Amino acid sequence: MADAPNRPLSPHLQVYRPQITSVLSIMHRATGIVLSLGTVFLVLWLMAAASGPEAFELAQACAGSWLGYLFLFGFSVCLFYHLLNGIRHLFWDAGHGFELGTVTRTGWAVILGTIGLTAVAWVLGLTVTGAM
Amino acid sequence: MSNRKLGPSKTGTSHWWHQRLTAVALIPLIIFLVGLLPSMAGASYREFTELMQIPITPIALILLIGTGLYHMKLGVQVVIEDYVHNEPLKVGLQIALLLGTVFLAVAGIVSIIMLAA
Repeated sequence: MADAPNRPLSPHLQVYRPQITSVLSIMHRATGIVLSLGTVFLVLWLMAAASGPEAFELAQACAGSWLGYLFLFGFSVCLFYHLLNGIRHLFWDAGHGFELGTVTRTGWAVILGTIGLTAVAWVLGLTVTGAM
Repeated sequence: MSNRKLGPSKTGTSHWWHQRLTAVALIPLIIFLVGLLPSMAGASYREFTELMQIPITPIALILLIGTGLYHMKLGVQVVIEDYVHNEPLKVGLQIALLLGTVFLAVAGIVSIIMLAA
């Protein structure tokens, strides 16, 4: 934007009180970026697995470290959020759910659903792997 | 259809439409991945390669990698368009995004096929 006017441009985000609509909207983009980075690690993990047992064990040790678990936890939160809010977006694309009350309710449903799905996935996952 | 109806990029609504198509396809694929992750998490090399011998595992993983990376490319492309206003940098990032996405797709799919073979 070389010809951008030399004055403040709208929207003036800094003067707005954060609202559930705007916060969830930017969260969708932020979680999308995190998932993109996570996908790079998923491909690296697959490449390590395809390289043989030694590289696979190293990748598993990285994923199984506390830092690996922290990344996996963050990745899972972003995944469930982007999945649920993405479904919310698809309903909007089909022309449904634009009423102000509905937007707020589905927004909170996405937040609660993200917490719920993350909790269920980790409890089940840790039980299956025998860590819990 | 005249070019005027296709907008400045001359691709019409295909970006928007492909983003939604891949979004719908990713719903079952992501549920599959979430179901698969616990068995991948603590798996030994032997357990994991055995899992990859069941056809549905590599099939779903290749679909997930392909669809997910295309969805990712479309999304990150818009983020670059929105926030990067330096023209040479913008073009450079878009080229890097496309080449990087293609590399990840090939690397991921070849790895999956090697593990399943």
